[in-house]
Amino acid sequence: MGKLLVKNKDLVVPGEVLVEGMDYVPGSGVFREGEMIVANSVGLVSVDNRLVKLIPLTGFYAPKKNDTVIGKVANINFNGWMIDIGHSNFAMLSLKEATNEYIDKKADLSKYYDFGDVVVAKIISTTKDGTSDLTMKGPGLNKLVNGRVIEVASTKVPRIIGKQGSMITIIKTKTNCKVVVGQNGKVWIQSENPEEERKAIDIIRFIEKESVKEGLTEKVEKLLK
Amino acid sequence: MSYTKRNDGRKFDETREIKAEVGVIKNADGSAKFQIGKTIAIAAVYGPRNLYPKFLQNPEKGMLRCNYNMLSFSVDERIRPGPSRRSKEISLVTERALSPAVDLSTFTNAVVDVFVEIIQADAGTRCAGICAASMALADAGIPMRDLVAAVSVGKVGDKLVVDLNKLEEDYEGGATDVPIAVLPRNGEISLLQMDGEMEVKEIKEALEIGKKACEKIAEIQRKALKEKYKGD
Repeated sequence: MGKLLVKNKDLVVPGEVLVEGMDYVPGSGVFREGEMIVANSVGLVSVDNRLVKLIPLTGFYAPKKNDTVIGKVANINFNGWMIDIGHSNFAMLSLKEATNEYIDKKADLSKYYDFGDVVVAKIISTTKDGTSDLTMKGPGLNKLVNGRVIEVASTKVPRIIGKQGSMITIIKTKTNCKVVVGQNGKVWIQSENPEEERKAIDIIRFIEKESVKEGLTEKVEKLLK
Repeated sequence: MSYTKRNDGRKFDETREIKAEVGVIKNADGSAKFQIGKTIAIAAVYGPRNLYPKFLQNPEKGMLRCNYNMLSFSVDERIRPGPSRRSKEISLVTERALSPAVDLSTFTNAVVDVFVEIIQADAGTRCAGICAASMALADAGIPMRDLVAAVSVGKVGDKLVVDLNKLEEDYEGGATDVPIAVLPRNGEISLLQMDGEMEVKEIKEALEIGKKACEKIAEIQRKALKEKYKGD
């Protein structure tokens, strides 16, 4: 009979044994060793029926399929753009996936996206060696002009977006800013009024700091009143 | 010559006072400070980041790159700053002590840099460095099989002791220093060096008391890590 050694929402560190026995299934952030399930990073335990996993509190961004990310054009090749998405490897945005318009083979690619341009793109595939491919065909996927990009921990992104986007909607409506959140922890903010931009950044930093506390949405609403 | 009492009044299997703190360097992805007695090590972790020159990249696993450095004011007489033969060796053994604990397959083609700086030295610096580095790696969120705890054991005169200080290392009746690093969950040893002479039987015994000390150190490491994230 398997034995659960921790409770839901317990804080654990690498090497801590969570489960003894084969009755539970390891999810993300944990691994099986012999008959035990062990944590591999700092996080909060989440037990869902027989699935044991960790909600990470720290860590780097690993690209996943269908993630919407914000990146910067780092290099231009003959067949596309290399985008820095905050991962150790650049992601590839190929000619075919870049725009809906026709791009001539001889065209100067920097006319479309130049070095340093910030783009919103979606990951269509990742490989085990760390490279990933992007697409910019789809709603909301475009070049971002003006505004600024701030970086937050990618583990906090779900809290900034909130349940069904509740948190991000509050920020957008209360501060009158345009906000785009990338799964890679990059947040683009733009507003006519620098004061409002400042306010939005402060709120995002606040969420990042208090991310695990309960009732965050209410707190943010109070702050923005 | 018989070594009947330790010069700082500790028991023979007692470590010096340990303090650990996580998140001491704001700009690093992960960082930690580890103090054992008068020895203080700070570690900073950066990455995973791009690895150049490109031929070093490995599509199957990432690379862990450690750098140990002793600051010029860390010892009684100023040491020349910069890399030395000794620091190069310790960088290498630190890397090898940490590698078994780190899941390198999660950051292929990339490198994680670990910088260990000794800001105050009173023997056992490589062990303090490894302890700090393993906490810093966990703080950076690098997937790990276990934390790594390290301590030096040894023989001073005719007694087996744990965690030698500088005075004991320089004991005129002869001292042997055996730094060990342990993955505490399953007791795997990832670092074992010896400076001096010891009998096989003594080494076996020393390892046992070293492992016990490492378990205590690991407990302090875990507590320090939880301390940082508890407030979240």
